[in-house]
Amino acid sequence: MEEIFGIPTPLLFGQLLLGLINGAFYALLSLGLAVIFGMLNVINFTHGAQFMMGAFVAWMLLNYLGIGYWGALILAPLIVGFTGVILERTMIARLYKLDHLYGLLLTFGVGLIIEGLFRNEFGSSGLPYRIPPELAGAWDLGFMFMPIYRGWVVVVAIVMCLATWLVIEKTKIGSYLRAATENPALVQAFGINVPRMMTLTYGAGVALAAFAGVLAAPIYSVNPQMGSNLIIIVFAVVVIGGMGSILGSVITGFGLGVVEGLTKVFYPEASSTVIFVVMAIVLLARPAGLFGRS
Amino acid sequence: MAAPGGFSGTDFKQEEAFFLGFTRAQFLAFIAMVAFIVISPFFLYPVFLMKLLCFALFACAFNLLIGYVGLLSFGHAAYFGMGGYLAGHAAKVWGFTPEVAILIGGAVGAVLGLAIGWIAIRRQGIYFAMITLAFAQMVYFFAVQAPFTGGEDGIQSIPRGKFLGIVDLSSDMAMYWMTAAIFLIGFLLVHRIVHSPFGMVLKSIRENEPRATSLGYRTDDYKLLAFVLSAGLAGVAGGLKSIVFGIATLTDVFWTMSGEVVLMSLVGGLGTIFGPVVGAAVIITMQNYLAEFGAWVTVIQGAIFVLCVLAFRRGVVGEIGNWLRVRL
Repeated sequence: MEEIFGIPTPLLFGQLLLGLINGAFYALLSLGLAVIFGMLNVINFTHGAQFMMGAFVAWMLLNYLGIGYWGALILAPLIVGFTGVILERTMIARLYKLDHLYGLLLTFGVGLIIEGLFRNEFGSSGLPYRIPPELAGAWDLGFMFMPIYRGWVVVVAIVMCLATWLVIEKTKIGSYLRAATENPALVQAFGINVPRMMTLTYGAGVALAAFAGVLAAPIYSVNPQMGSNLIIIVFAVVVIGGMGSILGSVITGFGLGVVEGLTKVFYPEASSTVIFVVMAIVLLARPAGLFGRS
Repeated sequence: MAAPGGFSGTDFKQEEAFFLGFTRAQFLAFIAMVAFIVISPFFLYPVFLMKLLCFALFACAFNLLIGYVGLLSFGHAAYFGMGGYLAGHAAKVWGFTPEVAILIGGAVGAVLGLAIGWIAIRRQGIYFAMITLAFAQMVYFFAVQAPFTGGEDGIQSIPRGKFLGIVDLSSDMAMYWMTAAIFLIGFLLVHRIVHSPFGMVLKSIRENEPRATSLGYRTDDYKLLAFVLSAGLAGVAGGLKSIVFGIATLTDVFWTMSGEVVLMSLVGGLGTIFGPVVGAAVIITMQNYLAEFGAWVTVIQGAIFVLCVLAFRRGVVGEIGNWLRVRL
């Protein structure tokens, strides 16, 4: 068996792939957080719960309505995004004039409600969600077996991140969005409905989280806690990357996933804490984050 | 950051100190609280009251940061939980007397607070909250893996021991009086800190940090010291809790615990002296009555969060104080 640094290659590449997959979720979620924060100045603590809702809606669509993975990939983000729109209109919009910390507390509370409701209904043990038959199986790459679904997740996540980047940087709507982030009063004076843009931005960020949730459903078991455990790590990712740049949060997300995967190979005991250690180092060296403007 | 009517209690004009730095209204409230603490164990279950006092102290420690420095720490479970573990370990394995064990818990909280606070105060606002939360999660993972914490089982059957090696604390009443004494010392300590010159500087940082800096205060040093004091007190509260209940578990280091202490302070009233105590009483009583409903407790706690933020930002004590036009 081949080895690199005394580590069998299949193990090394296996963990690298796992790291890339975790990184894909970090990237998608921190991207959504960054987009919402840029526009609304709210850190969306409900993001983890909305990720979990995405997975559960996919499960429900399959088990109650018989709609499979591909339908869920489109419908679940729309449904969860719509709940996000309602949440923003009824609650979050009341807090814009207050200290930003209230937005954090509110969305934290909403996250608790959602998680508690799902735990009441479905219990804490996970529900299975099958990998769609088109993506089942694995490719033999010679040095390792690559489950097709995992490759798919990484590719789709990258495409999704790039699409978001394109929308924000290269389209007219994106330019409105960037302008409103800098100076909402002026943009509103030009006749653009900024409050509606904020609502839609929140909905889009939430839909992105739900999309990640659907992607995650066949990999992790669908359970009410799947989001809250992830969101804290994503917060660390956001602190490391800084929320100033879209591509920055994507690169940071994938990079940290890989770092975590490699740590699992070389020093497994630290794999759950390595991201926080990286965060400490970054804060000491560059408090604004790797891509942040302070 | 904290604009008028912002993220802290309403400050009415500076009133004359009546006694011990309390205003007249505060002093009356303090007397009422002490009277309740003295009388209640004859009517209510002492173990429940001890739990309440442990969390009240924890919430007071947390409120010192959010209410008077304007820093929202979302990771106070780390100091509370680690204080609990080390106090439990000290009492059970090292055989220390309970008061020493609790002090060790406090010292652990303070040292941990020094390390985390030193890094976290580099950022403000929501970043500060996210950083403290992330570090607390790191402490949680450490607690899951470290051998002395007993992983999922926690540290069990921690002896209550004898206070100063003399007074046996195995009866609930004896333990209650010690708990009450520690709570009152901690409460008065927070009160003293807030009303000291140091506390005045903290409040000026809360209101306008750049201006405090321009007046020549090294605001980072002040913030860090406040953070260490708060974390140390949280460690004492955690240590006290594990001595009272004879158990230290992962629940106390988990992020939900950080959320609970935020909720207690919010319900009671951020930036009020009595708010955290009232908030802890409300939340602990609620948990006690709703324990059988399982996950509904989470839902109800979330709903209270939402309600408080949307409609009730002053909290119970803040609303009462506002209604009576006094600072509580």
